[in-house]
Amino acid sequence: MEKPRILEVRQGILKKNDQLAEGLRGRYREAGVCVVDLVSSPGAGKTAFLEESLRRMAESGLRVAALVGDLATENDAKRLERSGAPVRQIETHGICHLEAEMIDRHLEGWDLEKLDFLFIENVGNLVCPSSYDLGEDARAVLHAVTEGEDKPLKYPTIFNSSDVAMITKIDLAEVCEFDRAECYENIRSVRPGIPILESSAKKGIGFDGWFAYLDELKKSKGSRPRRD
Amino acid sequence: MHELSIACSIIETVEENLPPKATATKIFLKIGAMSGVVKDALLFSFEIAAEGTPVQGAALEIEEIPVVVHCDDCDVDSELGNPPIFRCANCGELTGKILQGKELDVVSIEVEDGKTENS
Repeated sequence: MEKPRILEVRQGILKKNDQLAEGLRGRYREAGVCVVDLVSSPGAGKTAFLEESLRRMAESGLRVAALVGDLATENDAKRLERSGAPVRQIETHGICHLEAEMIDRHLEGWDLEKLDFLFIENVGNLVCPSSYDLGEDARAVLHAVTEGEDKPLKYPTIFNSSDVAMITKIDLAEVCEFDRAECYENIRSVRPGIPILESSAKKGIGFDGWFAYLDELKKSKGSRPRRD
Repeated sequence: MHELSIACSIIETVEENLPPKATATKIFLKIGAMSGVVKDALLFSFEIAAEGTPVQGAALEIEEIPVVVHCDDCDVDSELGNPPIFRCANCGELTGKILQGKELDVVSIEVEDGKTENS
């Protein structure tokens, strides 16, 4: 047996995912579709928020669609289909996050050129989705007022890797004694400068601000640097 | 916990770089504090994922990289603690300019070449 030797590798562990994500980014750009990835803990209100977004956007004449990731069941896709928008469920069978390959596979047969916005509802998890680039134009992290104020400090990576923060269930702020100033400070101390919006899907609050953000995002599309 | 997926990606990366008949004895990694990967969970997952592969028995040598941010106003770099509060240690202002801490890399591998057939 010869002496052990060292081989230089210098390779990103998620290189394959990153390459696939880069390919997806190119496809989105070419098709002119704006892609938004929604991340949050389980129960923060991603599906209700998305359902309301899809319904309102479709009503205003925008062409929208959604991919929705869950460990199991097609319940969320069925809920979202009520908006009239095309929806596909990605069942991850126990995997706690979405990967670029899953997106690629589930886009098959969809004509992206016929879409203005594509939403990806990630698996409810504040840890794992943060490592995986899906080629999205923006990652939106949802944080419900019922979760308290210090989650951004406990899960800094997902907040840091997000482009916009949406405080959900804002209609419950008072009963939860939600400390808005503290929550904003915590979010911005792990992700300086991030835009923070507020909404309630139940009461239909905050969607004008969200759509204004999306409109700006679509206009600025192509100028966003690659996440690394 | 996505460390099992990460462990599988590490094994794939090492296998691609492994010369024929060689075995990997050590795998050197850089894991940033903001990579979303937990060292202990990765060590645990790797052992399970490596079983029955050419990488089985290899030790993971993990260099943990703290988050360092740069403040343009002061031209000062600050190492962040846990949780990472993105403030300049000099002026106290928030800064989002990350210099390091997002690494998730296989740096190198230590390999032993197998015995040649005619020896």
